[in-house]
Amino acid sequence: MKGLRNYLNKVKPNFMPGGRYSKLQSVFEGFESFLFSPNTTSSTGVSIHDSNDTKRTMTVVIMSLVPCLLFGIYNIGYQHYLAIGNPDAGFWNLFVYGFLALLPSIVVSYVVGLGIEFIGAQIRHHEIQEGFLVTGILIPLICPINTPVWMIAVATAFSVIFAKEIFGGTGMNIFNVALITRAFLFFAYPAKMSGDAAFVATEPVFGLGEGSVVDAFSGATPLGQIATSASENPVLTNIIGEPISTLDAFLGLIPGSVGETSTLCILIGAAILLFTGTASWKIMLSVFVGGLFMGFIAHLFPSATYPASSLTPIEHICYGGFAFAAVFMATDPVTGARTEIGKYIYGFLIGVLAILIRVYNSGYPEGAMLAVLFMNAFAPLIDYFVVQANIRRRLKRAKMND
Amino acid sequence: MANIRIKKGLNLNIEGAISEQSIAESSSKNFAVVPDDFPGITPRLDVKEGELVEAGSVLFHDKNAPEIVVTSPVSGKVVEISRGARRKIEAVKIEAQGIAAKKFDLNRDVKQLLLESGLWCVMRQRPYDYVPNPNVEPRDIFVTCFDSAPLAPDFALLLKGKENYLQKGVDALASLTDGNVYLGCKPDYVPNVKGCVVNTFEGPHPAGNVGVQIANVKPVNKSETVWTLDAVSLARIGEFLTTGMVPFDTVVAVTGESVNNPHYVKCVMGCCMSSLLNGCVDDAEKCHVVSGNLLTGTKVAIDGYLRFPYRQVSVIPEVKNDADFLGWASLSPKRFSIYHSFTNWLLRRGKPAEFDAKLNGGVRAIIMSGEYDRMLPMDILAEFLIKAIIAFDVEKMEQLGIYEVAPEDFALCEFADTSKLPLQKIVREGLDKLYKEMN
Repeated sequence: MKGLRNYLNKVKPNFMPGGRYSKLQSVFEGFESFLFSPNTTSSTGVSIHDSNDTKRTMTVVIMSLVPCLLFGIYNIGYQHYLAIGNPDAGFWNLFVYGFLALLPSIVVSYVVGLGIEFIGAQIRHHEIQEGFLVTGILIPLICPINTPVWMIAVATAFSVIFAKEIFGGTGMNIFNVALITRAFLFFAYPAKMSGDAAFVATEPVFGLGEGSVVDAFSGATPLGQIATSASENPVLTNIIGEPISTLDAFLGLIPGSVGETSTLCILIGAAILLFTGTASWKIMLSVFVGGLFMGFIAHLFPSATYPASSLTPIEHICYGGFAFAAVFMATDPVTGARTEIGKYIYGFLIGVLAILIRVYNSGYPEGAMLAVLFMNAFAPLIDYFVVQANIRRRLKRAKMND
Repeated sequence: MANIRIKKGLNLNIEGAISEQSIAESSSKNFAVVPDDFPGITPRLDVKEGELVEAGSVLFHDKNAPEIVVTSPVSGKVVEISRGARRKIEAVKIEAQGIAAKKFDLNRDVKQLLLESGLWCVMRQRPYDYVPNPNVEPRDIFVTCFDSAPLAPDFALLLKGKENYLQKGVDALASLTDGNVYLGCKPDYVPNVKGCVVNTFEGPHPAGNVGVQIANVKPVNKSETVWTLDAVSLARIGEFLTTGMVPFDTVVAVTGESVNNPHYVKCVMGCCMSSLLNGCVDDAEKCHVVSGNLLTGTKVAIDGYLRFPYRQVSVIPEVKNDADFLGWASLSPKRFSIYHSFTNWLLRRGKPAEFDAKLNGGVRAIIMSGEYDRMLPMDILAEFLIKAIIAFDVEKMEQLGIYEVAPEDFALCEFADTSKLPLQKIVREGLDKLYKEMN
């Protein structure tokens, strides 16, 4: 590795101000610090630093998303082969199909997002920051598999520029960037984002998975089925009309956005995040508590007007994007509440709102995304009250001493 | 006597601790006093280059409060006044010569004696963490009787046989306040002194920081002033008030991974680093030499001088691996982290950690939340206070408790910070700016 280091040292002057490629300084420094951790040492303050940095933190988050990613890839293939009446096509067929179907979204999301980050960093003469490494993988995971890649490109560009860069980049954004992408898609192209045709890949990819869809096929997600059902106790089915259980939803072999279907894989991710101390257990726990609480209330008063009220609290957590939002979206430290007490309130309200929207707003079969975005907007307000309490405590103490 | 348990914070077990309790002797010819060691003082020189001074005679005084003086730790000749940008006085350098030290007449009041002897400057006041303003009577005086910082010297050793001086010091300080003198001790070393309120503190660093002790005993409110110092300085005050000679000798812990044989050295304040490190550091130019502990100490050159509070030197490698390939992905247990995404917690449990002076990452906006809170056992919302300081929102700073803190309270937060922000510098500059705004 000394050779590579020496080579970088040799070409570095070209990228510095005044050099031939000085317009690529941020990009060069980004790659340099990716390859070799920077040799900057302390000059003031503490002489020693913890080994953790933002690169490491983001890497841990990506690692925690890997179970969801791998399962999502498999599930794309599984749903496809189930739809064409050939569910026993073999693990590798399913997996490779899913991989090829998802790959364009991942590539496009990273290329567009990182491209904008690189340009933004260079314009501001900043270092390239790592936030998009996580956002870039989250975007394909929270979109339906049939989202056209150009839509992903447009939505990613929109959210990176308008939800992040104009606020000052990583660490400065108010709304979760990946969720803004999803919300942009949801409101700009509603027909492509919900309904029967969005969540199951039915077309062959690169010649793989040829076949026509079986007659009984319906690509609606369980929550979609509930939202459109008229009965008080709707029977949930998979895409070929066979009934499914909560266990199926927990394991994840149901249609849905790529990463959100398997509650089990999400919980594995949650374990990684919590064990490494990367995400706040307070937020995560309270989202689940909030969701269970609201699910319980809704289930106490089942009504045919609001068919989702027939779901038990546990079902609410296993279906749809609730668990994914709780583990990976609500815990984004930048957009969430930053005071310790605030985290409980913030998480709890996300859980309550997610189920509230899901059950009582017939326009949206899923509410987790909107709940997190909504609470992103309210997180500063929650923090404000916690900070005010600290200030009042201090004032009271001063008065007592007078 | 109350026993207070500190829960937040972190004890850093670092390679290079002292195993023997014996104290070596060291002598130096060159000394320096650095005005920057005494925050709040704008130095005005009382000596010229070439002038002879005796130990205890005035080197410079404060422009705004001329009665605050800093005295020479050694008798000899002022060989150089080194100045930096805008002719700022960086150091007054003295070459030792065998002249007798100054003896003070003890038949005056304590405050006068402390000011004249320069021992006033071992104290700090909150707010601002400045050398105390002699015209303001403190609400209370807080003394910390242990140092919980990494590799810090053991006060029990430094204060051995000095309990009578501690008592004398406590009596003297008690006469300067209507409030109490508080002594913050760790449970296994409580000196036997009377006339003060003794509290014991259990828990990890920063339990030994006087600011943390104040916050857990009787926090500073707006428009209140408290004075702070450590017990070693208190014993020094007591000794001075007993003998009339300022004891400028000090015991220094020479510690750190790069020191071959970590040990205690008896020397004189402000002595040159080389006299302390001679023979115990190999490859000195590749070392990061710190006067003080690794969290709050000042980086000095290998030919620099021992700096306030004159009781510890830490030496670690500057950069261990200058081609650290994919360092962010490393699973090496040698990398210390408070996070479990590294392996040190599992594979090097209980073993001392090894550090170099690298930042281990790039400076970023604050991303992780709750990181500072874990490291600061005070009722302060650290992150919000830091943001208020950066924005210099005076009202917010006051509301969030700027008057209660000193830069050293944020040292552990700075160590743990994923975003690698220079928190102590931010707080120091914020306090300086606030002082200017208020006066």
